[in-house]
Amino acid sequence: MPAKRDQDFFWEAVDRSELTAQQCSDCEKRRHPPAPACPHCGSQHFTISRLSGSGTIHSWIISCHPTLPDPNPKTVILVDLAEGLRFISNLIDAENIRIGAPVTVEFGEVNGRRLPLFRTVKNP
Amino acid sequence: MTGQAAITGIGQTEFTKASGRTVLSQCVEASTKAIRDAGLEPADIDGIITYTFDTNDEIAVQRSLRIPELRWTSRTPFGGELSYATFQLAAAAVASGAANHVLIYRAFNERSEARFGQPNANAQAADLEQREFYRGFGLNTPAQVYGLWYRPYLDRYGVTSADLGAYVVQARDYAATNPLAWFHNRPLTLEEHQASRWIVEPVLRKLDCCMETDGGIAFIVSFLSHARASTRPVVRILAAEQLWLHGSEVMYNYYQPDLTAQASTERLAANLWRASGLSPAEIDVMTIYENFSPIVPMSLEAYGFCKPGEGRELINSGGIGRGGVIPVNTNGGLLGEAYIHGLNNVTEAVRQLRGSAANQVAGARTALVTGRHCAMLLARE
Repeated sequence: MPAKRDQDFFWEAVDRSELTAQQCSDCEKRRHPPAPACPHCGSQHFTISRLSGSGTIHSWIISCHPTLPDPNPKTVILVDLAEGLRFISNLIDAENIRIGAPVTVEFGEVNGRRLPLFRTVKNP
Repeated sequence: MTGQAAITGIGQTEFTKASGRTVLSQCVEASTKAIRDAGLEPADIDGIITYTFDTNDEIAVQRSLRIPELRWTSRTPFGGELSYATFQLAAAAVASGAANHVLIYRAFNERSEARFGQPNANAQAADLEQREFYRGFGLNTPAQVYGLWYRPYLDRYGVTSADLGAYVVQARDYAATNPLAWFHNRPLTLEEHQASRWIVEPVLRKLDCCMETDGGIAFIVSFLSHARASTRPVVRILAAEQLWLHGSEVMYNYYQPDLTAQASTERLAANLWRASGLSPAEIDVMTIYENFSPIVPMSLEAYGFCKPGEGRELINSGGIGRGGVIPVNTNGGLLGEAYIHGLNNVTEAVRQLRGSAANQVAGARTALVTGRHCAMLLARE
C-alpha cells in the first residue's frame, strides 16, 4: 500500500464535495496548504475541518498556454477564504471577475479531475 | 561571511537558441575558459558547486576537465531562486579551507530542449501528484505562477504595463550595444513592447518575460590570497547571503498577509548591507535576476534605492540607464542578453569591476548582484 500523503484528506473530501483544511488540535488554527505540523505552534496533532467555501477574490490573472492557441484560458483566482486561509482556484463565471468580489465554492470536473472551483455570489 | 573569497575566473559559451550540442560539452567549454581566465590549471580546482535542475554530473565534469582530486561538492536548492547562493557556499568553502578553488557552473539547452517557459508535461489537471494545489488551476509556467504574485504589488502602486515596458526598453538599449547579447543591435521601442501579446493578462506581455537560451557559464571562486597572486583586478566577494522568512513559499508565495510587501528580500538586503558595511549610495552598478520585468521596480525598492512604490519613477526617469544613479543590468539582463538561469548577470558584474564590460560604468568599484532570496556584494580591490 502506498504511503499516505499529507494532502490526501483534501482530495478525498473534494470527492465528497467538501472543502477542508487541517485544524491544529492545540492552538486550533487552520492551515493551507497541508503540512505535517502546525506553522503557528508546531503541534503535530490536528483534525480535519470543513470550510464554509465562502470568500472574496484577493487577486486574479488570466492564464493561457504560453505558445499554443488556448481555447479555454483559465481565470486563476487567489481567494481569501472566510476562515482566514488563502486558496488558488478558478472562477467559473469569469465575466464577473473583480478584486474583492464575494465568491462561493462549486465543485466541477476539469480534464477528468474533480476540483473545487468558485463562482461569484450577488448577496453574500 | 567575512570577505575572504574572490571571483577569479569567468567563462562562457556563445548564447544561442539551438546549440546543436550536448549540455555537458557546453559546461566543459565554459568551465575550461573560466579556469584559464583565472590563470589556473585544472589541477588547481578542488571544489564544484551548481544548483538544482542542472543536468551536468559533477564527476562527468571532473573527468572531462581532468581535475585530479575533487574535495568538495554541493548544490543549492530551488533552481534560479538560489542561483547566487552558490557563491555564498563557494566563498564559505574557500574561507574554511574545505577547498582552494571552487568551480561554479550552469549549462543547459533551455530553448532547444527542456523549456522552462512551457507547461510541464506532468502538469495537466488529471495528474495532480505534484504542486496539485496550483497546476490543475492553470499555474503551470513560471510566468503564470509569478504573474499572480506580482499583481497585488502592481495594483497597489499603480504600476502600468507601460511602466514595465520602460524597463524592457532600457534592457534592450543596453543589449543593443553588447556584442554578447542575443538582442545585440536590436533595440526596442515602447510601442513595440505595448504591442507584444499577453502571456499572463493583465500582468506580463511576451516581452516582459526573460528569454530562453542554450548555453553555459562558469566561474572560479578562490581564497583571497590566491586571488591576489593573479594579474587580473581582484573581484572580492564582500558579502553573499540568502534568506527565507518563515511563511514564504518557493515560487507559490501567496500566503503572507500583505503580498505587496517584500519582507524576505528587505531582510536579505539589510543583512547584506550590515555584512558588507556598504549602503545603496555606495553601489556603482546593480544586476537584478529579472526573470520577469515587475521584479525590477520591486528590487530597486527592496534593496533600498528608492521608497516602496517609487521604483517605476526611478526607471522612467532614466535612473537605471547609462549615466543614471544606479545602472541596472548593463548587459541587457535576462531579457536582453541571455537567460543562463541568472548567471550571466554575474559575469556582467565581474566584467564591470574588471573594467571590461561592453557598457562600462566608468570607474565601477562596487557591484550588487540580486535575486529575491539571494544576493551578493562584489568589490574591486
